[in-house]
Amino acid sequence: MKVSRRGFIQGGAAAAAGLVIGFHVPESRAAAAAQPKPAALPTNAFLRIGPDDSVTVLIAHSEMGQGIWTGLAMLIAEELECDWSKVRSEHAPAAPVYSHTGFGMQMTGGSTSTHSEFERYRTVGAQARDMLVRAAAARLKVAPGACKVDKGVISSGGKSLRFGEVAQEAMTLAPPAKVKLKAPKEWKIIGTRVRRIDTPAKITGQAQFGMDIQIPGLRTAVIARPPAFGAKLVKFDGSAALKVPGVEQVVPAGNGVAVVAKHYWAAKLGRDALTVDWSTPEGGGVDTPKLLAEYRELAQRPGLTVADKGKVDAALGKAKTRLTSVYDVPFLAHAPMEPLNCTVKIDGDKVEIWTGTQMQTVDQMVAAKIAGTSPDKVTLHTPFLGGGFGRRATPTSDFVSEAVLVAKAAKVPIKTVWTREDDIHGGYYRPAYVHRIQAGVDEAGFPIAWDHVVVGQSIVAGTPFEGFLVKNGIDGTSIEGLADSPYIERTADRRVTLHTTKSPVTVLWWRSVGNTHTAFAMECMVDELAHAANKDPLEYRLALLKGSPRHAAALKLAAEKAGWGKAPAGRGLGLAVHESFGSIVAECAEVSVDKGRIRVHNVTCAVDCGTAVNPLGVEAQIQGSVAFGLTAALHGKLTLKGGAVQESNFHDYPILRMHEMPKVSVHIMPSTAKMGGIGEPATAPIAPAVANAVFALTKQRLRTLPLRLP
Amino acid sequence: MERSRYMKLEINGKVREVDAPPDMPLLWVLRDIVGLTGTKFGCGMAQCGACTVHLDGKPVRACVTPVSSVGARKVTTIEGISADGSHPVQRAWAEADVVQCGYCQSGQIMTACALVEQNQNPTDDDIDAAMSGNICRCGTYQRVREAIHLASRLKRGGK
Repeated sequence: MKVSRRGFIQGGAAAAAGLVIGFHVPESRAAAAAQPKPAALPTNAFLRIGPDDSVTVLIAHSEMGQGIWTGLAMLIAEELECDWSKVRSEHAPAAPVYSHTGFGMQMTGGSTSTHSEFERYRTVGAQARDMLVRAAAARLKVAPGACKVDKGVISSGGKSLRFGEVAQEAMTLAPPAKVKLKAPKEWKIIGTRVRRIDTPAKITGQAQFGMDIQIPGLRTAVIARPPAFGAKLVKFDGSAALKVPGVEQVVPAGNGVAVVAKHYWAAKLGRDALTVDWSTPEGGGVDTPKLLAEYRELAQRPGLTVADKGKVDAALGKAKTRLTSVYDVPFLAHAPMEPLNCTVKIDGDKVEIWTGTQMQTVDQMVAAKIAGTSPDKVTLHTPFLGGGFGRRATPTSDFVSEAVLVAKAAKVPIKTVWTREDDIHGGYYRPAYVHRIQAGVDEAGFPIAWDHVVVGQSIVAGTPFEGFLVKNGIDGTSIEGLADSPYIERTADRRVTLHTTKSPVTVLWWRSVGNTHTAFAMECMVDELAHAANKDPLEYRLALLKGSPRHAAALKLAAEKAGWGKAPAGRGLGLAVHESFGSIVAECAEVSVDKGRIRVHNVTCAVDCGTAVNPLGVEAQIQGSVAFGLTAALHGKLTLKGGAVQESNFHDYPILRMHEMPKVSVHIMPSTAKMGGIGEPATAPIAPAVANAVFALTKQRLRTLPLRLP
Repeated sequence: MERSRYMKLEINGKVREVDAPPDMPLLWVLRDIVGLTGTKFGCGMAQCGACTVHLDGKPVRACVTPVSSVGARKVTTIEGISADGSHPVQRAWAEADVVQCGYCQSGQIMTACALVEQNQNPTDDDIDAAMSGNICRCGTYQRVREAIHLASRLKRGGK
């Protein structure tokens, strides 16, 4: 996305300098460091050291559970050589200096937070250590090279100084133009199991989420939004709402109506009392059964070319056997535990926002536009996110923009609070998709022709991201994990095409994005081919993955640790392996079926993500991703009728619960491969692993999510 | 909504006078009137457990508990189970590195506290039965389970 940075008047480093106490680069140097080719990173924007030796790390990414407050602090601490017990983290403010090193704007997504910051945060730590050592050396009257640093203490010749004692002096020194980072064998923290830095706040109720923001004069707004996609606000009558004690105002908010009250309860009852006329969606609105039937029909013929090698039609004609399968997945809501909310205070041309967002830069720009000010006048605070999964990264800033609209109309500071029903009905779903695969196989049962048609909505079409994520009409997120699938790439005659559909239903990235459907289709299809060839699904995959040793190694390890070939009585084992976000994850699911219900008992995972900065955190992400993916595999489905979502809360949009949670074993593979992501890649393989296990047990092939035995 | 009236509530050992509509759920009294925001809103219909608090030591869903129904029962919230995070369940939670986003964790911990209080040595089945009303979207269940086993050991004075 192209973001104009001219709007940001203050340089990021200069803006951050205002926060710095105890340790910072002088502003002139910080400004110099912010020039296009900086001699050094603006250390002070990322780190401050207090006289009490406390080390505060400013985290440029949103902590939404993935453990980034811990991971990035570990990177700085590794090079700084501080005392880990003195390290704390906080969210960085929204400012250009915190732009994502790859995306050029401040945001969190794509499982990139650790690898995109691996150089930057270590460099900041190394720079700061160099400055502290020089300051200490001057005081101790020794050469910097004669100093040793350990756990926040700089020592030389029997004398020593603590970081806190020299931080003030260090801040007057120029950061070094170049630092040498440690070699992996010198690491003391990276690669060790470090417990989360945010635990104390989160087990005592002290952690502040967006929902918890309280400021003087704050009012709560609950908004009536369209009941169906494509419906428009016609007129409303707020008189009954205004009679609810505590309700103060009823104001229009874009394509909705906001009830502003003293507290949530009054605002919610006020909204229940509103009379609102909505238009009927054009054409009657989306019906999901009809939509999926249309998708299946479209899938009968090729769409826009994604990949086309060899002569797939001729090869299919020549193949000994052809196998055709159609897979489909429904719309899904992210349903983070913290319902969406956004606090906005407008004061003249200044806007202050508190919200759990994954997309600070875009939110600032959108808010500025609505409020009629410039982005630098929008101060955006990021409290903890009560789950994100992509829902808090909207290119349209949906939940921020409506909050700014309400604050502007109501002329008081407001916090919008979404109910769970608002969240489930609120759109920005994982889009529904259909895959149709035709594979032609040789005598041995291996594919020689692969014709793959994908049908579904583009996530980024019509957003500012379209320009760089859509190439030649193909939204990369629609087919990720497919065009580069090792199974397809090894097939000489192959074609992958895409029908990008349009509907008024808003769609968005949902943990692991396109991989949620591409991995399901690919790994189920390969399993079907293995069984059709009368081959063991593990051996069959390994034969296909000869050119992909990392995939093969992960798959072998997961299978071996799961006891492949030795399923206990009444249990079935199923495999899947998939690469996404630069990491490879293989999963083996062990399932049983009880009165038609699928139970997942064990999931064995092998992960190749390159360097695992914090294996304890990696394991948590794998466990969590499996749970997230299992919710989609076993439960998740939104049904639309006349454009209206029929589900509304956790009773009819169930989330995996404790009694359904399998035991997840995680095996992190030693790897020198380029570092990949870890927040998402274990999500996609679980649905196909479970579907394949169900087949192994019951001989029933399930091709629709959520998985339901007939 | 009924008109506000004054009610006395004993919350975390302190008696507070609140001015609230009688049908207002305890959750919103705690959050929006008393200012105790550790108790969370997740669903509003007793489906997710994020709002779990104790009434006389028993876990209840504050989102569907009208404040007028609390009466003289003692309300305990996440802020009230220990002064410094030292409750065995909290210690176990830290040891097992349970939390992810953290939003559901107050409710998980409140339910777990009640479980280890009434069951000295809960089995996996006991944990399933007690904890299945608490949803965690991050999927921390496996570590929640580990932490509850650990907490019951800590509580019995073991290691």
